[in-house]
Amino acid sequence: MAVDAKVVAQIAHLARLHIDENLVTEYASEMTRVLALAEAMDDVDTDNVEPMAHPTHAVQRLREDAVKETGQRDAFQAIAPAVEGGHYLVPQVIE
Amino acid sequence: MHKDTIATIRQNLASGQYSSTELCQHLLERIAAHKDINAFIEVNAEHALDAAGKADERRAAGAAEPLLGVPIAHKDIFCTRGVRTTCGSRMLENFVPPYNATVVDKLNAAGSVSLGKTNMDEFAMGSSNENSYFGAVANPWDTSRVPGGSSGGSAAAVAARLVPATTGTDTGGSIRQPAAFCGITGIKPTYGRVSRYGMIAFASSLDQGGAMATTAEDCALLLDSMAGFDENDSTSIDQPVDDYSGELNNSVKGLKIGLPKQYFGSDLSAAIADTLQQAIAELTKLGATFIDIDLQNQHLAVPAYYVVAPAECSSNLSRFDGVRYGHRCADPVDLEDLYKRSRAEGFGREVKRRILIGTYALSAGYYDAYYIKAQKIRNLISQDFTKAFAQVDMILGPTTPTPAFKLNENTSDPVAMYLNDIFTIPANLAGLPGISVPCGLVDNLPVGLQLVGNYFKEAQLLNVAHQFQQVTDWHTKMPASIT
Amino acid sequence: MQWETVIGLEIHAQLATKSKIFSASSTEFGAEPNTQANAVDLGMPGVLPVLNREAVHMAIKFALATNAEIGKHNVFARKNYFYPDLPKGYQISQMDLPIVGSGKVEVTLDDGQVKTVGLTRAHLEEDAGKSVHDAYPGQTGVDLNRAGTPLLEIVSEPDMRSAKEAVAYARKIHSLVRYIEICDGNMQEGSFRCDANVSVRPAGETKLGTRAEIKNVNSFRFLERAINFEVERQIDLVESGSEVVQETRLYDADKDETRSMRSKEEANDYRYFPDPDLLPVEIDDALIARLREVMPELPEARCARFVSEFKLSDYDAAVLTADRATADFFESVLATSGAPAKLVGTWITGELFSRLNKDSIELTETPVKADRFSGLLARISDNTISGKIAKNILDQMWTSEDNADAIIDREGLRQISDSSEIEKMIDEVIAANPSQLAEYREGKEKLLSYFVGQVMKASRGKANPGQLNELLRTRLKG
Ligand SMILES: [Mg+2]
Ligand SMILES: [Zn+2]
Repeated sequence: MAVDAKVVAQIAHLARLHIDENLVTEYASEMTRVLALAEAMDDVDTDNVEPMAHPTHAVQRLREDAVKETGQRDAFQAIAPAVEGGHYLVPQVIE
Repeated sequence: MHKDTIATIRQNLASGQYSSTELCQHLLERIAAHKDINAFIEVNAEHALDAAGKADERRAAGAAEPLLGVPIAHKDIFCTRGVRTTCGSRMLENFVPPYNATVVDKLNAAGSVSLGKTNMDEFAMGSSNENSYFGAVANPWDTSRVPGGSSGGSAAAVAARLVPATTGTDTGGSIRQPAAFCGITGIKPTYGRVSRYGMIAFASSLDQGGAMATTAEDCALLLDSMAGFDENDSTSIDQPVDDYSGELNNSVKGLKIGLPKQYFGSDLSAAIADTLQQAIAELTKLGATFIDIDLQNQHLAVPAYYVVAPAECSSNLSRFDGVRYGHRCADPVDLEDLYKRSRAEGFGREVKRRILIGTYALSAGYYDAYYIKAQKIRNLISQDFTKAFAQVDMILGPTTPTPAFKLNENTSDPVAMYLNDIFTIPANLAGLPGISVPCGLVDNLPVGLQLVGNYFKEAQLLNVAHQFQQVTDWHTKMPASIT
Repeated sequence: MQWETVIGLEIHAQLATKSKIFSASSTEFGAEPNTQANAVDLGMPGVLPVLNREAVHMAIKFALATNAEIGKHNVFARKNYFYPDLPKGYQISQMDLPIVGSGKVEVTLDDGQVKTVGLTRAHLEEDAGKSVHDAYPGQTGVDLNRAGTPLLEIVSEPDMRSAKEAVAYARKIHSLVRYIEICDGNMQEGSFRCDANVSVRPAGETKLGTRAEIKNVNSFRFLERAINFEVERQIDLVESGSEVVQETRLYDADKDETRSMRSKEEANDYRYFPDPDLLPVEIDDALIARLREVMPELPEARCARFVSEFKLSDYDAAVLTADRATADFFESVLATSGAPAKLVGTWITGELFSRLNKDSIELTETPVKADRFSGLLARISDNTISGKIAKNILDQMWTSEDNADAIIDREGLRQISDSSEIEKMIDEVIAANPSQLAEYREGKEKLLSYFVGQVMKASRGKANPGQLNELLRTRLKG
């Protein structure tokens, strides 16, 4: 599966990454090469194999429903790029 | 004293041979003198000396935590409260977390003194440490070569005797491969054995924190304090932790070790194959027996990994959006511009490449062909190990196909770089513990042997590695420059 | 042409847990911005989610209440997209293996007909934060207090055929989640939000038309209006030769119209995949059995019991069991007051409800709780006070802490049932109204009510009305 410039642009948009115009073809060829690695898997019959999402067979532990943390807003917002009135600020979003 | 192992340091601190303050002061001077290696992103001397002073006071008052006053350093992927944590990225150049990783809390509680944060490939993506925003790390054995990655700073710091032990993380070999390249010992425990809380995620189902030091014994001492259940990590395993340092002297007699034929094929340099044969001979003398085994899907590990790891990373790294913390571009014109430029400026080339590959593998129309396929292959690889462990106690092979390569040698071809982890990746896919132990020198560069154990058999791996180190001296070899 | 409307609803019910679905911060409504957002809610680097047990239990209760399948093996997935109110760049939700599978609910329509609506599924997920668009010039403010609040997204089959049916179904789910105490149902605070998938097709056609999704409607009235507007819009489009576009639309209550939300529409490739930070949730039969045991009686069963046990009419029983708080209130008053069921029911649905309505409050917020209300009903039922006086007393109780007996004693409102006392008052009234007496005796029997009124007034409303009537008739005859 060869990745072309158009695909790079689509994927970069999905991933919200700005890609320099002059690097698009380079990314395309690198992606193509890495994805070509994955083609080695095509030959294997995996019809009856379960996908394995976790390396261990453990199951999810459930947490008690209790409030254990209280506001540390100042600590968190001290490292934020833009805050005002307790809100995080971003450029105006129009809905 | 910079050549002392943790085991020796503990004795010397206890006997008053030197104080933690003296030791830390000495190591801080060494770190400053070896800036060229670039092993550290952040050194906080004042902070460290303060902690060392407190450790000395506590010892005088009778305290005896297992690592009291022992200097260590954390890979800069572990969040440290009040201490900058960059993950090797411009994205987090100014990020000072208000919380500690569980591993950091545990090692603090054990009395250790952190000297600073070690350099790493950006977001742990790399096998050469050339992907750090804070510059490449030099291999102390040959500064024109890479230390391996992504825990390259941790490995180089130990190899240069700047600190006796460090934490590392291993997603596809990031502890074992740099340990091999730098001639030290490094263990990646079973997935879930060490908490991932506060460890900045690369690929959540593969990431595992571990220990790096000159000896297996020191790794055991560190792991004794690092491992354990954490209620803040859903994937952490609630099972008692073995006494790693307590099991080091068990006999190796009768141990069955598997030799996968796939690990001794054409991928491996002949010189490394030779060192492995010598190691096998040593272990045979110790009473271990060797059995040929078949890991038939081994060749699919790298392909599966380079789908699964980028897929998870593409999602894990979405949180870096310039809104709540981290790099934010100047004067964004709108929201999309804020996202796209902040992320483009904040992330380096390899990270962007993996985000793109992962996004592609998860996107509509490709999910089944790439992501699901890779997860199925992952299952097959895991089943190969299950079958093997029905026959043998552990598996032996090389850690890397070659010794440390030159800086810039592999940067132009991502795939060539990825093939470096061909022997380490399978253990991550299956979640198994693995250790790399120095087993020889090739062209005066260290190489490592890898032992992969069954789930939760860290104690056994450390035991065999320690016994091997009792009859060999590869782990004591140091770069020529170290005096 | 005749058009048929097809509607399916997605309802987001906020689960009434104390803490968030994946973190230990509070879910309390109305806090200062970002004071209830901890490291996990903010998506800080390295932090991890841990699932709240109660959220899982609540979802199972919903399955039990709707006879739905329960997913024994549950997987949480990441839904990836960028938005400022979504801190991690993905929402943790469920995709392939939801906790609640297919089920059904029976909905009583306005005309009394019962309609069965299929439930496709219901899954657990985390809520997003809130954006503030008008507080900062040129900027949007983000408050992540709500981020990570547990939601149960309840997805129906496209079984509704009109806005009224859709509203009846939504009300039914609203009542049900409150019945089983998994959601407070507060629509103003966004605890219960509806998305409507609306399409039209020629009557008789079996294929579905292209649908539009109306997002986040937070009142039943708006839901009805939004659907009606959308149906008309779609019919107009199709009849004028255009096509309906599959898209997300927003209902604007001020303009009473729906409009396209193209901004959120583009490129919605969510790249769902299993969340590697969370393990599969296994639900065993023992847990289901344990939760079944603590399930409250459901509305249908309770309604039937009210009819058989308390001899209430079907209608009264249905009204009293429509929501759990009312039914509980009724049973509590009935048990402690000794008053007959019919009287208790009438007083709740009449006097109590009209006062709640007037104050625009819910039964849960009533100033007169069941114990005091019961005290009042006891005095009506044992004839200590008349119904009329009881209404006055209820008014006083509404604004004070006093109970009925205290008010009755303080104001001497005890009903007069002593015949001689009543006769004495009758005699005085008759003596004071000779001309009316004469007219009555000449056959103007309507004047009886005049005399009743006069005696009641003389007794300050306290005369036992039954007794008074009887004694007065005898006396007036002469
Ligand atoms: Mg939905
Ligand atoms: Zn939803």
